[in-house]
Amino acid sequence: MTQQPGDATNAVAASARDLIKVYGKGEAEVRALDGVTVDLMQGEFTAIMGPSGSGKSTLMHCLAALDTPTSGEAVVDGTSLGKLKDKDLTTLRRERVGFVFQSFNLVPTLSAEENILLPLSLAGRKPDRAWFDQVVDAVGLRPRLGHRPSEMSGGQQQRVACARALVSQPRIVFADEPTGNLDSTSSAEVLGFLRRSVDEFGQTVVMVTHDPVAASYTDRVLFLADGVIVDELRSPDRDQILAKMASLQDAAVKKAAS
Amino acid sequence: MLLLTWRNLLARKVRLLMSTLAIVLGIGFLAGVMTFSTGLNATFQNIVSGSTPDGLVRPAGDVSGANAGVATTQLITPADIDKIGALPEVAAATGSVDGFGSFLLGKDDKLVGGQGAPTLAFNYAPGENMAGDEVLELSQGGWPEKPGEVTLDTSSAERGGYDIGDTVTMIVPTEVQDPRRTFTLVGTADFNGGGTAGATLVLLDTSEAQEIFLGGEDAFTSVALTAADGVSQTQLADAADAVVPGGFTAVTGDKVVKETQDQIGQFLDVISIFLTTFAVIAIVVGAFIIFNTFSILVSQRVRESALLRALGASKKQVTRSVLIEAFLMAVVGATLGLLLGLGLSRLLAGLFRTFGLDIAGDVLTLTPFTIIAGYVVGILVTMVAAFVPARRAAKVPPVAAMRDDLVVQEKGMGRRLVLGSIAMAVGVALAAAGLVGAPGTDAIWIGAGAVIWVITTAVLAPVLGHPVLVACRAVFGRLFGTAGLLAGENALRNPRRTGATASALMIGLAVVSAVGVLASSLSATNDKVVDDQFKSDFLVQMPTFQGFPSGFGDRMQDVDGVDLVSRQQGTPVSVDVDGTPDQTFAIGVDPGFFEIYDLTMIDGTDQISGHQTLLSEGRADDLKAGPGDTIDVEFPGGKKIPLEVVGVFEDTPTTGGITFPLSVLADAGIKRSDSTLSITLADGADRATVKRDLEDVVKDLPILSVQDKEEFKELISGQVNQLLYVIYGLLALAVVIAVIGIVNTLGLSVLERTREIGLLRAVGLSRRKLRTMITLESVAIALLGAVLGMVVGLVIGVVLRQSLKDDLTVLSLPVSNLLIFLVVAVIFGVLAAIVPAIRASRMKVLAAIATE
Repeated sequence: MTQQPGDATNAVAASARDLIKVYGKGEAEVRALDGVTVDLMQGEFTAIMGPSGSGKSTLMHCLAALDTPTSGEAVVDGTSLGKLKDKDLTTLRRERVGFVFQSFNLVPTLSAEENILLPLSLAGRKPDRAWFDQVVDAVGLRPRLGHRPSEMSGGQQQRVACARALVSQPRIVFADEPTGNLDSTSSAEVLGFLRRSVDEFGQTVVMVTHDPVAASYTDRVLFLADGVIVDELRSPDRDQILAKMASLQDAAVKKAAS
Repeated sequence: MLLLTWRNLLARKVRLLMSTLAIVLGIGFLAGVMTFSTGLNATFQNIVSGSTPDGLVRPAGDVSGANAGVATTQLITPADIDKIGALPEVAAATGSVDGFGSFLLGKDDKLVGGQGAPTLAFNYAPGENMAGDEVLELSQGGWPEKPGEVTLDTSSAERGGYDIGDTVTMIVPTEVQDPRRTFTLVGTADFNGGGTAGATLVLLDTSEAQEIFLGGEDAFTSVALTAADGVSQTQLADAADAVVPGGFTAVTGDKVVKETQDQIGQFLDVISIFLTTFAVIAIVVGAFIIFNTFSILVSQRVRESALLRALGASKKQVTRSVLIEAFLMAVVGATLGLLLGLGLSRLLAGLFRTFGLDIAGDVLTLTPFTIIAGYVVGILVTMVAAFVPARRAAKVPPVAAMRDDLVVQEKGMGRRLVLGSIAMAVGVALAAAGLVGAPGTDAIWIGAGAVIWVITTAVLAPVLGHPVLVACRAVFGRLFGTAGLLAGENALRNPRRTGATASALMIGLAVVSAVGVLASSLSATNDKVVDDQFKSDFLVQMPTFQGFPSGFGDRMQDVDGVDLVSRQQGTPVSVDVDGTPDQTFAIGVDPGFFEIYDLTMIDGTDQISGHQTLLSEGRADDLKAGPGDTIDVEFPGGKKIPLEVVGVFEDTPTTGGITFPLSVLADAGIKRSDSTLSITLADGADRATVKRDLEDVVKDLPILSVQDKEEFKELISGQVNQLLYVIYGLLALAVVIAVIGIVNTLGLSVLERTREIGLLRAVGLSRRKLRTMITLESVAIALLGAVLGMVVGLVIGVVLRQSLKDDLTVLSLPVSNLLIFLVVAVIFGVLAAIVPAIRASRMKVLAAIATE
């Protein structure tokens, strides 16, 4: 079941073809995505970066079947999302996509274990106990399984969220600023876990972030500005990312001034 | 998913408890009413079948005078009874003397049993009922064996304060000067089958019963038959019928039971429909509360619903989880409601006992039907009410889980307004159809229109209520400064929620106001009728309009200062309307009647004598008869008398539709008694002195009263008001449920605005002001509900009055009552805010701000 590292590194997990997303009308029109074309590879840890308002979250929402693009095509695991009805989108999210949110988004009334198993129980599937154990041990939450979210720290909550994303063995995991609400130690734990899930389980992970440290954990960084992909880095280090972000920022300032 | 639902329920215990309370009260009321009705039926059923013999020989004919206290003079002799008893089919034939017009007084000289159930006085004779058990069962002491002895039913003896051996006072319908008689209580007994349903049983020795009721003649009014072994009821009745004297007929016990049940059944149906109406109102109000609670819960759970959707829950799963929550809530609510209903039914039974209707506690049990009905209604109503919010929860876009602005896009009110206006127009059309006389009952058309109006008003409350809330904001702002202004804003900020909360109260107030208009118009109409028709100086009547001994009238005629005493005696009769017998009320009058009252004659003359009659216009139309025609009238006891119509008068409440000389009643074999005396003063007599002297005459019969015009008005409006208060009392439950709804909404709103409240407190809003703010918001909601309800109720009331304008000739708006309701609504608003306001003011400022 588990994909081994390097299994299918050349296959595409998700892709965007000329994605355009427009919010509002007339004067208030905002082109959040302005023709994005990109392939996200299987078994890779990809970061999407960009200044605020660059469209990085929108790109992820469209790829994750949470939002529908105005035009263009989003493909996840070989399935084009444009033609899917709500029911099929639901199934796709349930079977093939995992999510980690900035604000953890755990159900407060459920214990850690119940939260982790929630996607499976929604799908009416029996959990694969061995895989569950493996994931729980990987995030180091075994002693906390019976606790409610309110009894856990932010880092612990986010690790529960990560485990929840992985437990259904999705083809691709989308993480939206997963360290946005965490201190640096907790951030390191969560990012370390995501990295390992890619290395050890062959998981595909796509993460939106504006934190260069977080991005430095990834294999590939895509840079967005004004709704288009302007650059990308492979196996980047922190300084490269910082430099790139700074230059994007400068370009934006220049543009605003002109 | 089920687990999640369960956890959600547990996590919101308190919030759900309040909405569960709405179900509990609604179902409680319904179950209580059903249990009570079943108990009432069972009580009568037991008594009827427990007190009916295999066969009965009774006066012939279809009209029974028993209920109106009208006695016939047909008698059956001991020789006749012996002849019947000698038949091989008959095991036993027991003669009975059934007397009417007697009353039992308690030790305190007050009437025992109030004015509801009748007093049944008869001779004691052993006899078996259809099941072969004794009809009467002794519970203490013995039976009356000689004149001067009496046996009473247990409950009446108790209520009268009598023990065995005590001297019991009774008023008996004799012509003697003093209608009081005393007896020695020798025992207590009850009908087999339990209780008497509030009736007073007076068992006398046979010879004394004959002396009192039959003027001492050795005869009987009916004969109870017991069949010999192997003889069926029909065989028994047929055999006896062949030998009974003229004017009598033998019938089977089954027939008697069926007749009695049919009669009682109608009366019981009226009671149970009346009560069920209020249960339905309470449940509808409860449904609004449930709808509102779930709407708020769902909007507070947007993020959670979105998360579930993002994690792969289908729309169906989200909807279902909300509905399962509603289901579990309904099951708990209905269970508690059923238990509450059991208690409530006993309360109702207690209430009815004070009206003289005794219901045994052991028949008040939850029947399987009641239990099933309680659960089905509770679950169905809750699920239906929760359905729309559940659907809304499912419509939350999954992406909302990742956004901070968690506002669920609500559709504009435009579509609602258009549909609402159309529905309003349909309601108007239906009501108009009723008014102009569409086929069927007017009230059904208008009722359908009214229901549409109420529902549409509830749906449009967010729009219709806007001006009311704006006015509230202005007034509150002026009176209470910033806190008032904020309260007004808060009530305005979520018009849907405010509207839905207020709607629950609106329904209650609409019914209250509509009933108020009718009651007030009824009172005004009565006043006018009394002013127009009360031509005599005094009226003497029983509150139940039963007959009383005519000796009183004789003595009143002798009172100084009395000019004229006119006597009227009413009786049920049967006439032929288009080939079917129609039971109606006829009145026999003396010549003096025409000296006091002027009937407006449309046709013919009001000079009647012998076997002649006057008809009211309406009755004449029914019978298609006019002066010169002859109508056949059947009296209790079976006598048919052809009466010549000599005149037709305009419909009036002064007399019955069929009015003839008193002598007709004597010829029909009806015992003389009076049901009304109209008395005029002689010239120059002192009104107060004469009244005192007249009252002196009736002091022995405490319920017979001498009334002048004002007292008579008060008596009638008192009866109207009594009914009105019962209706208000029953509606109070719906209002209580609506108030619970306000508490619930406010509580949830406070919770939702934790952060904002913290902020207000941080910038300097005092606790006191905060409490004022929340209280005023509650008052605004209550006022909105009250105002909308009153407007709708007034319109419905006025339209209904219009359709009843033949009976309710005067339209009167209960202005002072409406003002009281408005004040009460404000008070309810303040009360509803107490708990939420205290909770809000106890919040820790910092913690409140930090709450996400």
